Amino acid sequence: MSKIGVFICHCGENISATVDVERVAREIGGMEGVAHAIDYKYMCSDPGQTFIKEAVKKYGLDGVVVGACSPRMHEPTFRRACAEAGLNPYLCEMANLREHCSWVHEKSEETTEKAIDLVKMLVEKVKKDKPLESIKVPVTKRALVIGGGIAGIQASLDIANTGHKVILIERDPSIGGHMSQLSETFPTLDCSQCILTPRMVEVAQHPNIKLYTYAELESLEGFIGNFKARIRLKAKSVNYSTCTGCGACIQKCPVKKIPSEFNAGLGTRTAIYVPFPQAVPNKPVIDRVNCNYYKRGACKICEKTCQVGSIEWDKEDEIITEEVGAVVLATGFDVKGTDFFPEYGYGKYKDVLTGLQFERLASASGPTFGEIRRPSDGTIPKKIVFIACAGSRDPAKGIPYCSKICCMYTAKHAMLYQHKVHGGESTVFYMDIRAGGKNYEEFVRRAIEEDTVNYVRGRVARVYEKDGKLIVKGVDTLLGGQQVEIEADMVVLATAGVANCGSEQLAQKLHVSYDPYHFFAEAHPKLKPVETNTAGIFLAGACQAPKDIPETVGMASGAAVKVAALFSNDELVREPIVAVVNRLAPPLYSTCVGCFMCETACPYNAIEHEEIKGRDGSLIRTIARVNEGLCQGCGTCVAFCRSKSIDIQGYTNEQVYAEVMSLLND
Amino acid sequence: MSSSTEFEPKIIAFVCNWCTYAGADLTGTSRLKYATNVKIVRFPCTGRIDFLLLLKSFAQGADGVIVSGCHPNDCHYTSGNFHARRRWIAFRTVLDLMGVDIRRIQYSWVSAAEGSKWADLVNNTVADIRALGPYAEYQKVAEYLEKEGFDEEA
Repeated sequence: MSKIGVFICHCGENISATVDVERVAREIGGMEGVAHAIDYKYMCSDPGQTFIKEAVKKYGLDGVVVGACSPRMHEPTFRRACAEAGLNPYLCEMANLREHCSWVHEKSEETTEKAIDLVKMLVEKVKKDKPLESIKVPVTKRALVIGGGIAGIQASLDIANTGHKVILIERDPSIGGHMSQLSETFPTLDCSQCILTPRMVEVAQHPNIKLYTYAELESLEGFIGNFKARIRLKAKSVNYSTCTGCGACIQKCPVKKIPSEFNAGLGTRTAIYVPFPQAVPNKPVIDRVNCNYYKRGACKICEKTCQVGSIEWDKEDEIITEEVGAVVLATGFDVKGTDFFPEYGYGKYKDVLTGLQFERLASASGPTFGEIRRPSDGTIPKKIVFIACAGSRDPAKGIPYCSKICCMYTAKHAMLYQHKVHGGESTVFYMDIRAGGKNYEEFVRRAIEEDTVNYVRGRVARVYEKDGKLIVKGVDTLLGGQQVEIEADMVVLATAGVANCGSEQLAQKLHVSYDPYHFFAEAHPKLKPVETNTAGIFLAGACQAPKDIPETVGMASGAAVKVAALFSNDELVREPIVAVVNRLAPPLYSTCVGCFMCETACPYNAIEHEEIKGRDGSLIRTIARVNEGLCQGCGTCVAFCRSKSIDIQGYTNEQVYAEVMSLLND
Repeated sequence: MSSSTEFEPKIIAFVCNWCTYAGADLTGTSRLKYATNVKIVRFPCTGRIDFLLLLKSFAQGADGVIVSGCHPNDCHYTSGNFHARRRWIAFRTVLDLMGVDIRRIQYSWVSAAEGSKWADLVNNTVADIRALGPYAEYQKVAEYLEKEGFDEEA
């Protein structure tokens, strides 16, 4: 017969105020198999835990039930106490008397009776508990960082500097991300490339970082500490080991009119191209969609130009496999294009730009070498209008959230415009100014007060073209809703920051959850902002939600520390809450009939085929086996199993049956 | 509290650890009150729930059952709640065909952030089952089956 100890906590008065705890202990003490039952003011305190430890030894308990708060709160505490007293920790269970009973019911007979039922239920479960051993899995001390923007760069450098190897993959031909496109950064107005490019070079030269550009994740298998990543290296059509990056091919390429992605469509590039002059690696790739040779089978001018014979026409995509122990997702964000806004001309008007396009105009490396000129006719705009919250905070557009960075960069844009175009007039239409951050509010005040940017609080209803001007019709809500009409030469939309394209598919490849806007979901909004719900996969930067550079860098370093902490272990200890297929003595071997329904149900590919062979090596049967490294313990297979041969430790059929029956048979 | 003459239904809630159990914890933390009739049995995932256990519960005297887990796409294990949903749809049809009163099974989704939804779910289910009265019919059938040896596990 079992010898179970039951410990009822008062939780100060949190439980005892509505539950008659003494009666609970008394009645449970009379249950079959209960050797010891007490109540105490604070079970989780040191003396409380000592009661448990002493009772385990004194009565030789083979099971413990603690009736206290939620097991989500203190299960680890009490299991540790039991382990210290020599009892297998998985023989300790908790009855949730606080969150599920005393806090949600008034003081009454029924409340105490429910508390008794809850404890009884767990006593019956503990009787069926089996000692379990934690699962140890090895750790591959190498990290995969996906995305080579500032988040990925920072995370890679921080991990690499702890002495661990990093594989950084980037889908574009160069690392740098959106930050490399920016002109100056708020609130200091220092040049974005000046602070970023040294980091990019550091990544390329770091002995611990292996960089794959023009590469995408194909699939990820495995689990924390033991992932297997398949990476597609897209064909660059240029042999990087011989290419010197001289750039002769780029100058001779006859296809010159392709809109440049780096310049947000404002400039052009060739078919063989380096995205921007400071690119890392600074070697070209051939854009096969636009290249004459791939389109029409003739041209090959770049091949004739190349002195070292680096052009590889027949090169195919290559898929490599890398083993990693942790993954950092740093895939960043995207901005909505002007074509998303019918009220502002569906992107038809050349002089209606996005904030990112304005960055390129203002950037010294941009298509106008830093001069603010209209894309339509190249003249300098005398009047400019900035529209904040273009799309953001607009449930009608499906983007109810705040994109967070636009208030600041709009102030910066207006400031840059005032600095570059003397005598120019700039107007900002805004909903609210959200300038939370160190020196941010001061920066916005500077734009308004020193640079005389005209801030109008109100929405813009329409933008339309008339006689070469852009007519901006809006409202000034601080003037009692008075209509405002401005004849502008250029309009800049602070378009909403949205999840990067392909983020949903990537999330599904990695089994991480994502929010309704396809940003990746953190494990806990406050306490686990860089973790995902999938162990071993971490988040950095704007792939989680729109954020500015300092926040992104902070988050990337945070993710790097989590990875380094994970890599400080040689082995990981996992809870043994996994499924197992029963094994019996020959000639039965198992009740598993090998239908593999479990295999179709398992989201983790944890079901393996085990061949049972006779002494002569002949195959007797094939049954299912659970890879306990892969199994996450959801138990979906258990409900699927036709022959009830697979069961989940900690929540076995026997255990849950005992729990349910204890509630009914009285 | 209800008068002693009023019927107090026995209801068992089968909930997942990550969403509904945590949601019910939040109900407690928020000090929202609800009826004492429902007792929670914790599972790792609604995908783990063997629906035959629901029938067992009815056979042994439960008057109603709640099954609740994560909302679609929120499953901690990616797809367990989809399996549970599919199973419920098929199971519900079969039960209905067999003459089981499916109004006694409340299938729901309560997230870890929906403490008040849990309180409402419990109160509404208790009120509904109370109106339906004890589920004695099923128990009689189960007793007969047991006596005749149809039910091997009992």
